[in-house]
This record gives sequence, C-alpha cells and structure tokens, in this order.
Amino acid sequence: MPISPSIDSLDPTEVEAARPYLAGQSAARLRRTMFLATAIISLVPLVIVSFLYYDQYERSIRAEAVEGVSRQVTNVKRSLEFFLTERRSALAFIVRDRSFSELCNVETLSRTMQHMNDTLALGSFADLGLINAAGKQLCYTGPYDLQGRDYHDQDWFYRVGQRGAFVSEVFLGYRHSPHFAIATRQERGSGYYILRATINAEVLAEQLVTAGLTPDDDVFLVNLEGTLQSPSRRYGTVLQRVAIPIPHATGEVQVLKRDDEHHRPAVIGCSRIADSPFVLVYIRPVVPPQSADVSLPRLLVFLLVSAALVLGVILWGSRQFVATLRAQNLKRAELMHKVEYANKLATIGRLAAGVAHEINNPLTIINEKAGLLKDIVNLEAQFPRREKVLGIVDSIAGSVARCRKVTHRLLGFAKHMDVGSETIAVEELLNEVVGFLGKEAAYRNITIAIAAEPGVPNIESDRGQLQQVFLNILNNAEAAVSDGGRIDIGVRPAGERRVAVSITDNGIGIPKENLDRIFEPFFTTKEGSGTGLGLSITYGIVQKLGGEITVKSEAGKGTCFTVLLPVRRG
Amino acid sequence: MPLRVLFVDDEEDLVSTVVERLELRGIEATGAVSGEQALTLVERQPFDVVLLDVRMPGLGGLEVIQRIKRTHPDLEVILLSGHGAREDVETGRRFGAFEYLQKPVDLEDVIATLHRAAARREHVHR
Repeated sequence: MPISPSIDSLDPTEVEAARPYLAGQSAARLRRTMFLATAIISLVPLVIVSFLYYDQYERSIRAEAVEGVSRQVTNVKRSLEFFLTERRSALAFIVRDRSFSELCNVETLSRTMQHMNDTLALGSFADLGLINAAGKQLCYTGPYDLQGRDYHDQDWFYRVGQRGAFVSEVFLGYRHSPHFAIATRQERGSGYYILRATINAEVLAEQLVTAGLTPDDDVFLVNLEGTLQSPSRRYGTVLQRVAIPIPHATGEVQVLKRDDEHHRPAVIGCSRIADSPFVLVYIRPVVPPQSADVSLPRLLVFLLVSAALVLGVILWGSRQFVATLRAQNLKRAELMHKVEYANKLATIGRLAAGVAHEINNPLTIINEKAGLLKDIVNLEAQFPRREKVLGIVDSIAGSVARCRKVTHRLLGFAKHMDVGSETIAVEELLNEVVGFLGKEAAYRNITIAIAAEPGVPNIESDRGQLQQVFLNILNNAEAAVSDGGRIDIGVRPAGERRVAVSITDNGIGIPKENLDRIFEPFFTTKEGSGTGLGLSITYGIVQKLGGEITVKSEAGKGTCFTVLLPVRRG
Repeated sequence: MPLRVLFVDDEEDLVSTVVERLELRGIEATGAVSGEQALTLVERQPFDVVLLDVRMPGLGGLEVIQRIKRTHPDLEVILLSGHGAREDVETGRRFGAFEYLQKPVDLEDVIATLHRAAARREHVHR
C-alpha cells in the first residue's frame, strides 16, 4: 500500500477536524463515561455488601448482647426473688410460731432476730418490730430508737393491713437511712398485729452482684415510678430518679434494644420482681470488641483501599482501552486517507491523460500551421516584415513546445501501467542516477553521498522507472538545497521483504500546508518553471512497482523522502 | 527520385498542412483522412513510407498497418499518436511499424524519420 504524506506529519488539529478518529475531547469524554460507569457498577455492590455485612455483624453483636442480658436478668431476678421469699417466709414462720406475748418481749424479739441473722444465716435484718393494728410499735429490737413509734399513716402499714404480707419500696423513714421493710400480719381475736423487719438498701444492692456482670454493665432496681432502689453506676444513687425511660415491666423478662442517653446502642433488660415493688433494670452497652475484624473504621479503611484499587484499575483499563481504540481509529483513518489519496491521484491521472490526448491533436495542427507559415515566409525572397513574422512563428512554436512538454508529462503520469522486471542492485542503480544529474551539483558544490548498509538484497523491478523515480526526487532535492548543500542517500533493508531508500537533503524544506499536496498533479511551488507533475509521476511509479513513498519535512531544515521497494514483486 | 509519402490522419486540416509542408521540402506527399481512404490509395499508387495516425474513427491505425503489411510487406509505416500508450507502441512494433512518434511532432524529426525509414526500405528490399 503506498503512502501519501504520512498522517503524523500533518498538523494534528487539522487531521482531527477532518478525520473520524477519536479526537482529544471525545476520547476524554469516552474515558470519563467508561470510568464512571465501571466505577459505579463495581463500587456500588462493594459498598452495599460491606454495609450489609457490617449491619449483619452489628445485629449479631446486639443479638449476643440481648441473649446475655436476658440470661443475666433471669439470674438476678431469680436470686432476688429467692432472697425476698426466704425473708418473708422466715417472718411468717416467726409470727406463727411465737405467741403475741412472746413477741412483745424485747428479749425474745432480740434473740429471735439474732437467731435468724446468725443461726439461720439469713443475715441482713437490720431490726425487728411488733406493731399493733393502730400502727403503734409495741416492741422493737435494733440499733435505732424506734420503740413506740406510730406508723399508722405510712403506706407500707396500710398495705400490709390490706394484704397480710408486704415488701415495701426503699425509703428513709424515721432513721433517715435508705432501707425497706418486710412485714407480715397475724390475726389475733377480732384484731391483728404486724411483725415488721427492715433491711438496709445496701443489702438489696449486694444481691444484684452476680457472675457474668461485665464492667460496662449497669444493673439496678427502680420502683414503678422510676426512682432508684439501689445505686446505679450511671444514673445516680438510691432514691434519685433515673434519667432514662424504663420500659413497662411485667413479671416476664423483657429485653429491648434501645440507645442510651448518649445515643449509644445499648440493650436494656427489665423484669418486675415478684411480690415486691421492685423492677430490675439491666443495661449493657453494645460495644463491638475493638479487636474484632470488623469495626466501622476498619470497614471504612477496607472500603477506601479497595475502592482506590478498583478505581485505579478501572482508570488504567479505561485509559488503555481508549488509547487502543484511538490508535486503531487513527490507523483506520490513515488507511482511508491513503486509499482516498490513491483514488484521487488515479482519477486525476486518467483525467489528465484524456485532456492531454485531446489537446495534442489541435496542438499538432497549430504546430504544423506555424511551420507552414515559416516555410512560406522563407520561400518568398522579398517577404515584407519577414523578421517580425518569423519572430511570431517562433514564439508560437515555443509555446507549442511548452504545451507539448506538459502533455507529454501528463501522459507519462498515466502511462506507467506496465512494468518491466529485472534484478537490480539498488546501490548501483543509485550511482547511475547520481551520474545522470549532470554537472550542476558539481558547479554548485553540492555533496551527494550514498551510504548502503550491508545485507541489502537485490530487488526485482523496472530499471527505467526506478531511475525516473530517483531522478525526480534528486532533482527536487538539488533544487531545494542552496549552493554547498548536502544530499544523503541511504539504502537499508526494511524487514525481510523490502528495501528502503531514503533521500535526505538539508534544503529549504516543505511547509506543513503543502506537505499533503506534494504528490498531487499540477501542484508546484516552482512557479513558472515546473509542471507540478514530477512528484505525482514518481508517486504513480512507486505505486505501480508495489512500493511506498513517504515524505517528512520541516520548513527551513530539509526534507526526507523514503521509498520502500519490495524485493520481489507481486 | 523523390520520396513518396502517404500521410493518414482524421484531422483534415492537419493532413493538408503537413502535405503542403512536405511538398515544400521536395517530398511527394499524399494525404488521406481515414483508414479506408489510405488503404484505397495504397492499392492505387506506390509509396515509400506511410505516416499513420493510430487513433482514428472507423479503421484505426493498428488495423490499417496490419492490412498494409499483409499486402505490401515492403512498405514502411511510421505510427503517430497523441496518446503514446505503451501497449500501442508494443502492438505497433509487433505489426512491423518502423517507428512510433508522439504528437505534436517536429516536422524536421518527421522528415528525418521518413528518410531513415526509406533508407531501410532501400537496404532491405533492394
């Protein structure tokens, strides 16, 4: 495939405007679209899966916390209920076992309490008192001076009177120290009396300590109104109100996932303690262990790193893809350009030959008429103004000669259809051609050097036409260089099957805007003196010989023609 | 004895001009404006050389030279063409053309060629 002026020698902006390959802007757009699409397609699932996974993980952490809290609440509730039942039973036993008069004796009462605390290992009773139906404390043993106190207006007194047995909330009472009361009623005739024991609030708090309590857990008791019955690690001490809403508690163990007052995820377990005003509350913050493989920051780092990797790969990939596409498009455009150019030259060639042929006939007539005129003038001895007429005839003949030169070259352009074939040593042929150039090079002190690389094979081609090719190029080179200039001819093998001949001059060069037109017929910069056919003929011959011709040039620096010739034709 | 030349071309103006110029130079020139006319003239009177245009309407130069050579193998024919296609040159030579000239031709060249052709005819057919 012959090459027209190689496309990379053209101004890229012009080429982009004219050729359908990916120009810079559309390449960038394609690259951007591809990048975005691929990035979205690959990153969205990654992000979704990561967060789903994280969510699942968090759920499982919470579920674990829920289960743990549920177990803890059950355990604490059981032991607390046992604690209260044990003490209620002990009081019930005493009040039935001992007579009213026995219980009215301080000594007996004191011994009974000591007996319960020490011998039965029930411990924890702070005091013990006997109260009549009017609310007056008849007998009392304990560290406080409560003998004769009146309880008729107190809530617990009212309740125990109604129910027969009662566990009170924690309150300060006469002793001004938080405690709660366990009381039991005993019928006596038409009336009744009450045996009442109190237990310090600290004892209640001690019952909440259990195995499996983690340092972050907060376990405490509240009454139904949300007042603390035991100290809380985070919500204050006894008899303060807790700052968070307590779920409505029943006898069942309830566990809820709920954020704490600082909006941190937490699990809250609660349950009503049977036969008491107490509600057990157990709060465990949900803190994923820091050493775990998945924490939110770790997940984010993982996401960022993988996203960066993915984006990097996509960026690289889309760049590669677009570059390949662009290169292919460029190649195709170049090919199209060549085909177009070859077609154009062929069309112009046929047209030129037709025109030349048609012009030749009238040109011949003009020539002969002028000749006849000259003959007639010469025959007449006394022809008036003979010199003038002969001058006109010569001028006509000169103009015809110029026309003939043009038509002959035009025909030559179209003529090189058939090609002879013989074995040619390229370097030898070039030496011959340089010899044809005549003495002009020597007069102008132009150096012409031929340098052949070793291993250049002989080629099969048409000697005469090859001579014309190189003669044309060398003529141009000679015209381009100034006196004392230099023309270098290089011969080298080009691959296995071709020979490259480069002719480089250090002359005036070819401006960019002319470079892609120099092989067109009638294109000339030698106004007046050139036909503009030399290079187009050269191009046509090289094409017929199965070769390629390319040109590179820089205005002011010189021009390099490269002719690639096949070693074997066909 | 003057050289007897038959000039064949479809351009009548060219034929008359060239004939006149040749006669001015002492050549006995006859004109024909078609292949058919040329063949008739060749049968009717003797010529030394025929100047024959290749591209003509009707009988073309290549057809005419074949017929002339069949009946008058000793008659030299010089082909003239405004085209100069390589295959025409080859074919013309194969048919026995003495020379192939491309239009527009210089009359002096034509006359020189005519004399060379006549000289060969003398040499070969004497």
